[in-house]
Amino acid sequence: MREPTPASTALADVAPEPGVAKPDPILVVDGVRRSFGGLTAVDVEHLELQRGAITSLIGPNGAGKTTFFNLMTGFDQPNAGTWQFAGDDLAGVPAHRVARSGMVRTFQLTKALTRLTVLENMKLGATQQRGERMLTSLWPPAWKAQERAIEERADELLVRFKMDHMRDELGGTLSGGQRKLLEMARALMVEPVMVMLDEPMAGVNPALTQSLLQHVKDLPSFGMTVLFVEHDMDVVMDISDWIVVMAQGQIIAEGPPDVVSKDPAVITAYIGEEHGDESRFTPVPRGAGAPVAVIEEAPVDTHEGEDEHSGPHAEEREP
Amino acid sequence: MSEPLLIAEDVTAGYLPGIDILTGCTLTLDEGEFVGIIGPNGAGKSTLLKSLFGLVDIRSGSVRLRGEDITNLAANRLVSKGVGYVPQTKNIFPSLSIEENLEMGLYLAPKAFKERFAHVAELFPLLGARRKQRAGALSGGERQMVAMGRALMMQPSVLLLDEPSAGLSPALQDEAFLRARDINATGVSIVMVEQNARRCLQICHRGYVLDQGRNAYTGSGRHLLTDPKVIELYLGTLAKAP
Repeated sequence: MREPTPASTALADVAPEPGVAKPDPILVVDGVRRSFGGLTAVDVEHLELQRGAITSLIGPNGAGKTTFFNLMTGFDQPNAGTWQFAGDDLAGVPAHRVARSGMVRTFQLTKALTRLTVLENMKLGATQQRGERMLTSLWPPAWKAQERAIEERADELLVRFKMDHMRDELGGTLSGGQRKLLEMARALMVEPVMVMLDEPMAGVNPALTQSLLQHVKDLPSFGMTVLFVEHDMDVVMDISDWIVVMAQGQIIAEGPPDVVSKDPAVITAYIGEEHGDESRFTPVPRGAGAPVAVIEEAPVDTHEGEDEHSGPHAEEREP
Repeated sequence: MSEPLLIAEDVTAGYLPGIDILTGCTLTLDEGEFVGIIGPNGAGKSTLLKSLFGLVDIRSGSVRLRGEDITNLAANRLVSKGVGYVPQTKNIFPSLSIEENLEMGLYLAPKAFKERFAHVAELFPLLGARRKQRAGALSGGERQMVAMGRALMMQPSVLLLDEPSAGLSPALQDEAFLRARDINATGVSIVMVEQNARRCLQICHRGYVLDQGRNAYTGSGRHLLTDPKVIELYLGTLAKAP
């Protein structure tokens, strides 16, 4: 369990029930509905997100989390509903203007530009570049200094995300996990008011996840609000000030991590009643043979037999 | 001991001229075996799978299937030899229905569709129930099931899985691993790349840790899970459940 943060303290007295009002909401959603044919993908009656908090949005696959992201950020239009971001009505506003208003998102399936280098990808994330206007672009002194500042910020973020060694590689040569890192770093180029991260940790290796998590945790201290879709419950429990649970398009629960994780409806719909039961995960038994007991410094060409693993391994159980 | 079902020996491979992603990687897979591959981002895990499936140019080293040299053989030839592959992303045809997606997996043997589809729908009931739905309207987790189902249509003897749990909820991740285990129990040998190292090492017979394009450690899944070097380098403390 994480240490109390200013946001979690502010939310301490808020009742853990769907649609509850927050003391200082930055995003207020009302009656947003989106259906595809007969399927209602999103049907959110009322939702408020606390300013400066890290809110996790969890829910089973197909619950409508990504669709909800798309609606909020102007990548898709709802059939009905309104929402205000920092006091501005955003319904019907196109995606690029949503981003300019300070709400920036990442994608579950990464959108790195493959024929540009990592650094160029990063620099594209910056907005209001003077060199992008036709007239000023002809006179380099008008934008050189800004370009340098952008490059510095890009390099700083690449170091923070441990991607600086890939700076001059083409986006297309990055592995799946590295693209995730690039995507997240690029979103921070605009110094957003609110960051919406769609499964930023999927495909990132566990050791790196921890340092990334620390960066996400630091974002509120830079004045940012974070909305975070993630499936790893260890991560969600560790990082969230508040958790919102969606299922079949609706908000079925919200509250602080320790309350939500014990909510029977959440366990049934999402976590799985048997999730903690590690004894289910054993290899398929194989024919008799000598057990492989040694960890060798590879490469190895051959191996002999297999040991059979069975029974629960109590010491590896989850909390 | 006879030669393993699949063996990749000292493989060097990469995408761009002069830059090797794999720098001497070795992997063996026995009949009926489940092998897991873990490692840091950019270690070459997905590239290793792609090189086994003829999608990346192997520059030196060899791959053999049942003793036959299949190095740099085209993917379609490998499918007919019983190798199935499920990519990490962009692994479905979004404009086609679920059923049509699965048909695409069977273009080498279209007549067997009915029987094979029934078999796959047994493993993934959702695919049977929503067979006419457009795959592009499915969520991330459901798409993964379509991709796995499609690879199984050809009844492969070797299945290559690239991060099957990516983007799935905890309950469905558990499901995905148990399904992979079920597939393995039917006799299909599996090579699986995973980020969920703990689950991966729990269900595989043997694991490989890749680092910078080569093997760093190998051993049975259970032993890798508890090896202090592997935990420090790769698993991290979050994965070491308290």
